[in-house]
Amino acid sequence: MRRALLIVVPYLWLLALFLVPFVIVLKIALSDYNLSIPPYSPQYDPSSGWQGLRDMFAAFDFENFVFLTEDDLYWKAYLSSLQIALISTLLSLLVGYPIAYAMARAPEQWRPTLMMLVILPFWTSFLIRVYAWKGILSTEGYLNQLLLGLGAIEQPLTILNTDTAVYIGIVYTYLPFMILPIYAALDKMDGSLLEAAEDLGCSRLSAFWLVTVPLSRNGIIAGSFLVFIPAVGEFVIPALLGGSDTLMIGKVLYEEFFNNRDWPVASAVAVILLLILVIPIVLFQRNQQKQRELDG
Amino acid sequence: MPEKTFEPWNDPTEKPLIEFKGVSKRFGSFTAIDNQTFDIYAKEFFALLGPSGCGKTTMMRMLAGFEAPTEGHILLGGQDMAPIPPNKRQVNMMFQSYALFPHLSVWENIAFGLKRDGKDKATIAARVDAMLKLTRLEKFSQRKPHQISGGQRQRVALARSLAKAPKLLLLDEPLGALDAKLRQETQFELMDIQEKTGTTFVIVTHDQEEAMTVASRVAVMDDGRIVQVDTPDRIYENPNSTYVADFIGDVTILEGRVTPVDGGFDLAFAEDQPAIYAKSSQHLASGQTAYLAIRPEKVSVTPEKPADRRNVIRGKILDIAYLGNLSTYHVALPGGQIIKAQTANTRRLANRPFTWEDEVWLSWTDTAAVLLER
Amino acid sequence: MIRLSWFNVTSLTLGFAFLYLPMLLLIVYSFNESKLVTVWAGFSTKWYGELLTNDAYLDAAWVTIQVAVISSTIATVLGTMAALVLIRAGRFLGRTLFSGMIYAPLVMPEVITGLSLLLLFIGIGLDRGVFTIILAHTTFSMCYVSVVVSARLMSFDKSLEEAALDLGCSPLQAFRLVTLPIIAPSVISGWLLAFTLSLDDLVIASFTAGPSATTLPIKVWSSIRLGVSPEINALSTILIGIVAVGVIVASLISKHTMLRQLADENAAKRG
Repeated sequence: MRRALLIVVPYLWLLALFLVPFVIVLKIALSDYNLSIPPYSPQYDPSSGWQGLRDMFAAFDFENFVFLTEDDLYWKAYLSSLQIALISTLLSLLVGYPIAYAMARAPEQWRPTLMMLVILPFWTSFLIRVYAWKGILSTEGYLNQLLLGLGAIEQPLTILNTDTAVYIGIVYTYLPFMILPIYAALDKMDGSLLEAAEDLGCSRLSAFWLVTVPLSRNGIIAGSFLVFIPAVGEFVIPALLGGSDTLMIGKVLYEEFFNNRDWPVASAVAVILLLILVIPIVLFQRNQQKQRELDG
Repeated sequence: MPEKTFEPWNDPTEKPLIEFKGVSKRFGSFTAIDNQTFDIYAKEFFALLGPSGCGKTTMMRMLAGFEAPTEGHILLGGQDMAPIPPNKRQVNMMFQSYALFPHLSVWENIAFGLKRDGKDKATIAARVDAMLKLTRLEKFSQRKPHQISGGQRQRVALARSLAKAPKLLLLDEPLGALDAKLRQETQFELMDIQEKTGTTFVIVTHDQEEAMTVASRVAVMDDGRIVQVDTPDRIYENPNSTYVADFIGDVTILEGRVTPVDGGFDLAFAEDQPAIYAKSSQHLASGQTAYLAIRPEKVSVTPEKPADRRNVIRGKILDIAYLGNLSTYHVALPGGQIIKAQTANTRRLANRPFTWEDEVWLSWTDTAAVLLER
Repeated sequence: MIRLSWFNVTSLTLGFAFLYLPMLLLIVYSFNESKLVTVWAGFSTKWYGELLTNDAYLDAAWVTIQVAVISSTIATVLGTMAALVLIRAGRFLGRTLFSGMIYAPLVMPEVITGLSLLLLFIGIGLDRGVFTIILAHTTFSMCYVSVVVSARLMSFDKSLEEAALDLGCSPLQAFRLVTLPIIAPSVISGWLLAFTLSLDDLVIASFTAGPSATTLPIKVWSSIRLGVSPEINALSTILIGIVAVGVIVASLISKHTMLRQLADENAAKRG
């Protein structure tokens, strides 16, 4: 009895506020845009009973999805989101790996502090951290002031409102997600493995490539997914730091919904985005599962 | 012609494979190894034995090249090893944790060192297969380390470190992770492989039984120094100090003052007891403090006073440890000293002659005990 | 013998400079006299004054705190229950769906979560306001709480609970007297996580908030879209300061407890 209560309360909450809303999104994605309130049809009228339900299903179609494939704004936005997410993930890996490596090699008593320093930015407002880059990257910003002052450039660089600014923003925001799993993998690594590699004839560098990198593979994979997945659907960073030509699907969805009030198309955009993300999410889950089996 | 025994350390014409010359190692203010000089010969199975923290692992890590001596030199085949990094030494190590690469299969683990040498594929494959055969791992070559048992992992580690045919193989507590029964089997296997490959083995262990079983010579270490280097039988029968006598096997040690008599000494160890006689070629001054070490199995326990022995003591049985094949008696003398005696249980338990509180006679021969200066 | 090579020192220095320099600049320029954020014109605290007299910001901050406290508290209760279900309840009908619903929101793009909740609230005719933001925040942050708590529950030694039952506790007592005190740190960090996520959230809040309720991130968002402003720098500095103080206090407390425990253990050893 008590067990049933324990299960039912969170279960119902999630059904009502996670699954049902999602079913609604799916339903609206299959509906048509209408100048009514709410701006789509068909609407389900509970008083019409079975017949009404059947009529509603009969009126569903994939028109919105077809529209998404026809208008190149959308598929370009999907592609460019994936591309931006992928490049940012690689950049995060390049920046994050050396930091994680140095942390794992740091004296034992420093490590908790270093860990805290990596996590700390996560507790401060995401919005503020992205906003901080506006002041740095703008044409009159600190970076340009510095470079002009040093005489490295003659004309201020245009970085803000370009894809470059978006990369910087994503790397900056999600870097802790990349560092922590890699650090965890490296920290766990048995130091005698490197000695064994050296003993068997490896130089330091080849021991790094043949032993350290493969053994931190799961950390690299986990970190990459943790950066890639949220980056694909990112809205705030491209909206704040990107230019008008920075196409990211999260931004498109937001604008479609609030500016154009085209709910069915926005819903269809959401459904496709989710379908795209299912692949990396499943791969990520597999990786975590495998990791747990290896550890257990 | 009688078979020549393997005793290169007694042959002055034999050149040692490894020479430690005045080697010290300090970590900050802590001295791990204190000015040690000794030799290891080719094809030896040499054991470094001692309690944890005695410096035996540091000794091994200096041989592998992971630590450099603070003072002194280590020579391999007459050549100073100091400038040679671990990856260029013809020395391989089997790690205590085995340090098997978890991302590589058994086959790839064994091939790892060979690949670093840039050998061609066919040579590598042939060598790996030979190693798999030697360690009876053919069936497991494609498994990952976490998919095989502890004993198999131990054999993979051995095969991997032997694959490069090193001049010297270092084994750091190689059997520590195995259970007692498997450990015994593996000891014989190790000896067998050592003999087959003709490689010089240096093993580090804290298990005296293991050292005694496998080694041709044992170095007993204490606090950064080697106390005694000798063959297992001499270490056991002729320890050079109470430390060695006490570390190896079971022993009773009696302290007293000596008087020279009949090519040996009388040791007075208690006021109300007769002196005990031991034959000895030691040079001890009369009245000097010395220690008598006697192994329990050399002490006989009898209900009546034996007539034919010079060393006879009366005592009361305090404790009996029944081990199945043997029984160890702790016999208390009137003065409170305890002497251990061991008898083989050749008869069934029901016929056991002694029980607690029994008054018994302990006796041993003139040559049974060893007289030690320290 | 671990030495920090120059390579490691360089990566740590550059890495942490990258992580902290932007925030540092933000803080420094919040004390700038000039309206132009990027041009230094002398020290001044006037932007703090303007911020603290700006009712719009104060109202938004109040709404945000209400939402965060309420939603993270409900989320902690629900999330802990969900964690117990995941780790302890064994098999039941729809278990896969349940664990799917726990993990999915963690990887769901915020725009989709926001959109779907908004459509639900419109569908059932619920007026959007503080209440709907609380519902939305509770839903996604309970999943984070349950992940944090279930990680702790997984390593929890079940024999402790069995010992309590053996000694005469009812299952509920065993949970209250043994399990809960032991998993309490994870429940607390779950709450803190939920609280921070709620304070921080812009996207879901802007979907689910009506015109009647504006949270601080929404307010900040509407002003920074137009450009940088010294007032926002001042606000950021206050928020960063609160977090920094919170984290430092928390780490001091945990260090203190650890030292205390160490001292106790040493005292116990001496007898």
